[in-house]
Amino acid sequence: MQRGVLVRLVIFLIATATAVVYLVPTFVHDLPPWWTQYMPSDRIHLGLDLQGGSHLVLEVKVDQAIENTVERIKDDIVKLSREKKIPVTEAVRQGNQIRLKVPAASADAIRDLQKGEFSNLAILSSQVSGGTADFVLTLSDKELRALRDAVVDQSLETIRNRIDQFGVSEPIIQRQGQQNILVQLPGIQDPERAKEIIGKTALLEFKLVDDSRSVEEALKIGPPPGDQILYGQDRTPYLLVAQALMTGEYIADAHVRPSSRLEGPYVELVLNNTGARLFERITAENVKRRLAIVLDNKVYSAPVIQERIGGGRASITGRFEMKDARDLAIILRAGALPAPVEVAEERTVGPSLGSDSIRQGVISFAVGSSLVILFMLIYYKGAGLLADIALMFHILFLLAILAAFKAVLTLPGIAGIVLIAGMAVDANVLINERIREELRAGKSARAAIEAGYERALPAIIDTNVTTFLSGVILFQFGTGPIKGFAVTLCVGILTTVVTAVYMTRIYYDWRIGSRKLARISI
Amino acid sequence: MELIKPGTNIPFTKYRHIAVILSTIVNLAVLAFLIFRGPVLGVDFAGGTVVQLRFTQKATISQIREALGKLGEGDVVIQDFGQEGSNEFLVRLEKTAVQLGALTEQLRTNLSQKFGPNGFEIRRIESVGPKVGSELRQKGTWSVIAATIMMGVYIWVRFQLRFGVGAVIALIHDVLVTTGALMLAGYEFDLTIIAALLTVVGYSVNDTVIVCDRVREHLRKNRRETLENLINLSINETLSRTIITTGTALLVLFALFILGGGVIRPFAFALLVGFFSGVYSTIFIASPVILLWEKGKKPSK
Repeated sequence: MQRGVLVRLVIFLIATATAVVYLVPTFVHDLPPWWTQYMPSDRIHLGLDLQGGSHLVLEVKVDQAIENTVERIKDDIVKLSREKKIPVTEAVRQGNQIRLKVPAASADAIRDLQKGEFSNLAILSSQVSGGTADFVLTLSDKELRALRDAVVDQSLETIRNRIDQFGVSEPIIQRQGQQNILVQLPGIQDPERAKEIIGKTALLEFKLVDDSRSVEEALKIGPPPGDQILYGQDRTPYLLVAQALMTGEYIADAHVRPSSRLEGPYVELVLNNTGARLFERITAENVKRRLAIVLDNKVYSAPVIQERIGGGRASITGRFEMKDARDLAIILRAGALPAPVEVAEERTVGPSLGSDSIRQGVISFAVGSSLVILFMLIYYKGAGLLADIALMFHILFLLAILAAFKAVLTLPGIAGIVLIAGMAVDANVLINERIREELRAGKSARAAIEAGYERALPAIIDTNVTTFLSGVILFQFGTGPIKGFAVTLCVGILTTVVTAVYMTRIYYDWRIGSRKLARISI
Repeated sequence: MELIKPGTNIPFTKYRHIAVILSTIVNLAVLAFLIFRGPVLGVDFAGGTVVQLRFTQKATISQIREALGKLGEGDVVIQDFGQEGSNEFLVRLEKTAVQLGALTEQLRTNLSQKFGPNGFEIRRIESVGPKVGSELRQKGTWSVIAATIMMGVYIWVRFQLRFGVGAVIALIHDVLVTTGALMLAGYEFDLTIIAALLTVVGYSVNDTVIVCDRVREHLRKNRRETLENLINLSINETLSRTIITTGTALLVLFALFILGGGVIRPFAFALLVGFFSGVYSTIFIASPVILLWEKGKKPSK
């Protein structure tokens, strides 16, 4: 055997052995311990459409979080101005902007404030007319961008916490684009409950009940300034002081407590040190008043504060089912979302559909590739057999690469493998047709083979580059299952070129080198 | 075995005028249909919800509609899905799962009343918000356009500008024909269809590449012959390859179309039509464009 052929054959055999090794974890389920320790153990993962599970895209309502932040900044400005004796006559928030009115004499003081404590704000406009200065302030672009990022990242963290506590194996939680979060939950049975847990804002607030007026009156003429009306679980209206005394950010732990009475289980909150001190002060200042516990703008209970409560423990009662109480505890432990989230996209596939899809995919692959193999064999005989062998190695390499890169196999991905099986022989067809042409032109077998490969190569490269390019575009654009198709398409094109061109050439070169090649079967 | 005998010389370029007129009419018809009626959009693009249901016993569309109760009101489309006798149905709701609220529970309760708690299975729920839908639609359309242009540029760089222009026009033809066929067959447009169109773009340009490659080879060797004859010669010489390669691809696509299941069927259909159109457009669209370009450049001849 020639040296060159031998070297290529050895490289090819090593590649094949490596491919087989990489595929073992995908097809063998109980791997011996020595294998998992020393050998590759990544396998081809099945996409949600094949395995069953939920794919959710959540949109974080960032704008709302920004408005909340601006509102808080506005309150800070008013507070600080008061301390600094700046007479602010008007302070309102309009969307993301704060409108401030001060006497013209204090205009510089506001500017100083903006340069100092509130450097995250930018002055959008300032007008002095008739003795008053009118400022419009807003968050600077840089600040706004950072805030958006922080809100989405924090939401992602919170959602991850909740899902971890909910107990799903191998979830995927990723940021997607500007303000979306992608959540993939393989194999979950009850997507509705998962959505409930993920999607709850879980903003817990402690608010005082305003007893100075009756609720009925407020319902008729609207709540007085600084108050709001919220409803309980049984639609009972409550008149509350809108400013929350405390929020859920101080919660250290939350768990379900079975009730001793007939009321059903309740959720006990354990506050951290700061929270405990704050809670003690609030309760001390408001003895005999009613403190409403509000979750996502719904009043859960409004007990009367009997005495100062130390020790940092509070409880949320309500007529809970055990399951609901447990979910609530999960949510409170994981923390509140900084902004509401909305399910923008949901795709849930049951496990039985997934296994049906796999079966259909495998059958179409078997039938489709058998037809191709048979056709090539009949049409090109020996050269067809060679192309068929190359096709099988192509599939081996394709699957091995998918396994090595932990690629996710989806239903369109399987369709891609089937399609590639039909397209893979193109290179061999090009070469074989060219060899036939050269043979007809009267060339010897050897010269025909050499010319065939050489002349077909540019066309093979060009055709595969174009298909590869469209695969890359598809990958950029696609989501989930479609990405799976793009991946198999692109990887498949690489492997077909290797097997159909280089591998088959080893065979011919060996034949040419070993003896005088008078005739080839083509 | 040989499908196309060597020395075959079909005067393809002679038929180009008829072909161009015919294709233009077809393409304009598709375009008009696209603009004035538009394709049926799947939930990916239109937003809304699609539910795949399977029943253990024979069920009819009117039974399901009745069982759905309140959910079945309004613009709801129920259709057979999957193989014959598999008792599978697709229910398309206009609203998203969020808007409907606790959709799975509602479905379960409503269907249980008529078919019993074990009489059906909710196999799949896909729900897409309207905003995501229109975003995906835009991105999808742009990706097909970008891919088409990219193919043209690639061929321009590798061969010549006129070949690139010919390829782009041929690809536009393929995408339009495929789109038209999908609309005629009543398939919904969704993400997998975009994937199919992109694949059609990447694949049907191959035949154009092969012919261009041949033409270039002949142009180097044979400077006297007219371009028309060279193109015709090249098409004939590569005809065997074109038919076999497309044939093997069509073989696997038939397998996918028939055996691949309901989700894959529209995808396979689009590829079948697109690949077929790709062969036609190389011969009857790309080549005339290249010839036309040549004549336009040398009006004296």
